[in-house]
Amino acid sequence: MISLVGEWLTDPANWSGARGIWAQLVTHLQLSFLALFLAALIAVPLGLYIGHTGRGRVVVVNLAGGFRAVPSLGVLFIAVLLLLPRLSGEAAFVVPSVIVLVVLAIPPVLSGVYAGVQQVDPAARDAARGMGMTGGQVLTQVEIPCALPLIFSGLRSAMLQIIATATIAAVVGLGGLGRFLIDGQATRDYAEMAGGALLVAGLALTVDFVFGLAQRLVVSPGLARAE
Amino acid sequence: MSVWGVPLGEVWSLTLDHIYLAGLPLLIGLLLAIPLGWAALTRRWLYGPLIAGTGLLYTIPSLALFILLPGILGTQILDPVNVLVAMTLYTVALLTRTVADGLSSVPNHVRQAATAMGYSPLRRLVAVELPLAVPVISAGLRVAAVSNVSIVSVAALVGVSQLGTLFTDGFNRNAMGPIVLGVIASVTLAVLFDVLILGVTKVLTPWQTAGRSA
Repeated sequence: MISLVGEWLTDPANWSGARGIWAQLVTHLQLSFLALFLAALIAVPLGLYIGHTGRGRVVVVNLAGGFRAVPSLGVLFIAVLLLLPRLSGEAAFVVPSVIVLVVLAIPPVLSGVYAGVQQVDPAARDAARGMGMTGGQVLTQVEIPCALPLIFSGLRSAMLQIIATATIAAVVGLGGLGRFLIDGQATRDYAEMAGGALLVAGLALTVDFVFGLAQRLVVSPGLARAE
Repeated sequence: MSVWGVPLGEVWSLTLDHIYLAGLPLLIGLLLAIPLGWAALTRRWLYGPLIAGTGLLYTIPSLALFILLPGILGTQILDPVNVLVAMTLYTVALLTRTVADGLSSVPNHVRQAATAMGYSPLRRLVAVELPLAVPVISAGLRVAAVSNVSIVSVAALVGVSQLGTLFTDGFNRNAMGPIVLGVIASVTLAVLFDVLILGVTKVLTPWQTAGRSA
C-alpha cells in the first residue's frame, strides 16, 4: 500500500496540468493566505484596540473559547446552503468557503493580539509614557513589538486552522490539495487519498515552519530569550 | 418522534458515538501525556524534542490524519479505531506540554518537603505533584475536550458515523435542519464535557474554593 502511495506521488503526470498537484498546491496557498489576510485585517486592529484600552476583554476571551467548540464542517455546509442559490459559477463554491475560513480564523488571531498587548509589562508601558510618548507611540513602539510572540502564535494557529478547513472544503467543491482526498475517496483510490493527505500534512508543517522562521527574524532577541 | 427531519433515536445513537469517539481518546491521551510530560520535565534533554514532536502532531490537519492512519495501522478506512487513534494523538499533543507546565508549577519547597518525608520519586509524583498540578492540567484538558468534540465531526467525511454524519446527510439532501441540529448537538456536547471537567476539577482541588466561602 505504501509503495502505491509512493508511485502516485512520484508519477510526474500527477504533478502537472490544471488539476495537478502543483496547481492545487498554489490554489491551496492562495486561498489560505487570502483568508489569513482578511481575518488579520479585521482581528488585528480590533485586538490592538481591546488590548490597549482593556475594553471588551470578556468578549474576546469567551469568543476564542466558544469558537473552538463550533464544528467547521457544519458551519461550512450551512454557509454553502445559504449562499449557493445567491451566487453563480466559480464564486458559488469559493465565496462561502472563504467566508467560513475567515470567520474561523478571526478568534485565534484576535485572542493572540489581545493577549500579547495585554501581557506587556506595565513597567515598560509606564516608562514609555514617562519618556513622553503618546498613546499611539506606546502602542506602535512598545506594545506591538513586545506582543509579537503572542501575535505570531495567534497567526500560526489561525493559519493551521485555515489550511485544515480549506482541505475539508474540497467536499463543497473548493480547489486545493483537499481535492485529492475527496476525489480519491469518490473513486476509491487510496493511493491518491493518502498521497493528498501526505501533501496536506507536509504543507501544514512547512507553512508553520516558515512562520516560525519569520517569527525569529521579526521578534526582538531580548524577547525571544525569555521564551 | 423526530426533530428537524431526523428521528430522535438516530440523534441519540449518533450522540453516543460522538461521546465515545471524543471522550475515550481524552482519557487515554491524558494517561499517556502524564508520563510523557513528567519525562520532559525530569529529563531536561527530552524536553525540547518531546514538546516539539508533540507540537508537530498537532499541525497535521484532521482529515489528512484520518486518511493516513489506515495506511499506517493496516485498518480499514471506515474503522472507528482510526478516529480514536487520531484524537488520542491530538490529545497527547496538547497535554504533554500542559502536564510538564503543571508539574513545574509545583513549588520547589513542597517537592523538597515530600522528599524529606521519605517519598520515592514515583510516590511523590502521584501523591504530591500531580494533585497540585490538577488546575493547570485541567485547563489544558478543557481545551483538548472542546476541540476533540468539534474535530471528531470531520470523520463523517471518511464515513465514520457520529454527529458529523448529520452534516453530510443534510448537505446531500439539501436540508438545513439536520445540519443545524448537528451543530447545536455538537456545541452542547462540548459544553457538557467542559462542565464535567470543571466539576471533577472542583472536587479534586478543594483548596481552591475553600478560602472563598469563608
